[in-house]
Amino acid sequence: MEPIRRIVARTAVLPQRDVDTDQIIPARYLKTTQSKGLGQALFADWRYDKDGNPRPEFPLNQPEAQGAEVLVAGANFGCGSSREHAPWALRDFGFRAVVSSSIADIFGSNALKNGLLPVVLDPEAHQRLLASPGMQVTIDLETRTLTAAGLLASFPLDPFSRHCLMNGVDELGFLLSQAGAIDAWEEAACAR
Amino acid sequence: MRAKTLFEKVWDAHVVQAETADTPAVLYVDLHLVHEVTSPQAFDVLRERKLRVRRPDRTVATMDHSTPTNPGGARFAITDPQAAAQLRRLEENCSEFGIELHALGSEGQGIVHVIGPELGLTQPGRTIVCGDSHTSTHGAFGALAFGVGTSEVGHVLATQCVLQRRARTLEVRVDGQMRPGVTAKDLILAVIARIGVGGGTGHVLEYTGSAVRGLSMEQRMTVCNMSIEAGARAGMIAPDDTTFEYLAKTPRTPKGAEWDRALARWRALPTDPGAAYDRAVEIDGSSLEPMITYGTNPGMALPLGGRIPDPAAIPDAAARASLEKALRYMDLRPGQPLLGQEINVVFIGSCTNSRIEDLRGAASVLRGRKVAKGVRVLVVPGSRRVKHAAEAEGLDRVFSDAGAEWREPGCSMCIAMNGDQLEPGQYAVSTSNRNFEGRQGKGGRTFLASPLTAAAAAVAGRIADPRDLAR
Repeated sequence: MEPIRRIVARTAVLPQRDVDTDQIIPARYLKTTQSKGLGQALFADWRYDKDGNPRPEFPLNQPEAQGAEVLVAGANFGCGSSREHAPWALRDFGFRAVVSSSIADIFGSNALKNGLLPVVLDPEAHQRLLASPGMQVTIDLETRTLTAAGLLASFPLDPFSRHCLMNGVDELGFLLSQAGAIDAWEEAACAR
Repeated sequence: MRAKTLFEKVWDAHVVQAETADTPAVLYVDLHLVHEVTSPQAFDVLRERKLRVRRPDRTVATMDHSTPTNPGGARFAITDPQAAAQLRRLEENCSEFGIELHALGSEGQGIVHVIGPELGLTQPGRTIVCGDSHTSTHGAFGALAFGVGTSEVGHVLATQCVLQRRARTLEVRVDGQMRPGVTAKDLILAVIARIGVGGGTGHVLEYTGSAVRGLSMEQRMTVCNMSIEAGARAGMIAPDDTTFEYLAKTPRTPKGAEWDRALARWRALPTDPGAAYDRAVEIDGSSLEPMITYGTNPGMALPLGGRIPDPAAIPDAAARASLEKALRYMDLRPGQPLLGQEINVVFIGSCTNSRIEDLRGAASVLRGRKVAKGVRVLVVPGSRRVKHAAEAEGLDRVFSDAGAEWREPGCSMCIAMNGDQLEPGQYAVSTSNRNFEGRQGKGGRTFLASPLTAAAAAVAGRIADPRDLAR
């Protein structure tokens, strides 16, 4: 994975709360055995009309959202199913961070494993960003802060996840390095 | 010794490396359930990194999500080439890595959260994961069971462990005697309506209280299954004699002296007196009504006799916008009663409500009655074992005689990626777990309810109260 230290990008805003992973990527796209190329299916049922044409009113189809790399969404983003296809689709589309006032557990965990940074802000900072689509933001992993014009907000980030993101290492490598401890645990469990 | 909750006991017994400020806990996984949709990319990672499956003996796979459920499908003709390729890939992966697979058409096949318990693989005190959010189902046995993504499926295949921070605990206490016609599905829909679809985030729920103790294992599975719909990491119910009686009849539980030893361990699992939860909510079980959803998430639910709320009465702007959008999608109006709403389809199935008791409940309403003209009714048993059990009792004939389709086991119309789906604009009463936009087919509209309420809707052709039919 590419190390991530700082993201400087514009935002796109999807103000709705409780956006579930079935909206992020509908189940019919889950028949793939790949993790690549899913950006086309991102928000498919909201992005396109029944003939497959982009719906102009959908926020990601609007001109100021083009090239945006930070998605600002309503509360409880990513609720529902555990499909990792959701962060795969967001990454493939070009997003590098998702900002909300709360993010669902499994989605947040999956996002971290794919270089998609989940940023949980206090409601006030969240509201400011929701109200300003296209805003330029700087997200710094070292200081765990998001800054924008007239805004400085810190966000929580697990030290281990931050280490993995900033150094481009994945969690599987860490788990594999625990093989000795896992052997010992299994032996002790057998003896119980 | 410090008083501990059920969750803490199971968690502590599986910590390989304790959590520190810098690193999460390394948590051992006793049982890893695998299905075709969330595993292919994980097996690819194993191959790329030249890794083996650490414990194939702790890994069990089945096919459920993308499988067709066409009736009488002895040949299981898979018409969708993508689904066929995905199922073939699971077969190849299980064969290459030495994993037990309950393939389409085999006797053990079924929805992953139905077959784990019926095989006796789901046991109290175990840690269980699966690349599926409804893994919370298995918590009904006092297991710590949670859904993971595909990366973590790979972690568990390679190391039999996951990296986790310890969750907080939330006690959901339901006391009192539930009234006739009120089921476990109604209980959990009421819980979600109360705490909200994000209300359980970061928490493991433990369901306690006399109403919960009074539930059968099938009903407890329905409750724990939908813990994720409140955003919870897992849901648990302490094991008791109901649990042990169920387990004693399953094939893969310990036998003889091993059973006695297991039983002694299991009896020590319930939360100690005086153990503290981080949060608690109480619900009066005796005041619960049959519930039904009206919106586009499982928290938008009402007692069956209720009226659709008015967005104008909601002060919070985001909540108001959310309800307005939901009502637009559902094409329903504020103040409208739910009873009497016309429907097109009834779906009885899914990992929430496809077990033998659920089918018995639906059959009790449909017996000697006919499905309303123009309504399509799908009854989809959760597993081949459930299907055989239902047929042995003659339930299949009850459904067929009523005019319902008796289908082959699978996830079916809960996820609509297998050919079973709603047409745009159709209304369905479903016993599944998610009423998200398009969940049951693009443009489809879902009312979630119990098997009793679903069966009553099948007969009436509109949303109806099963208690009226019983009278």
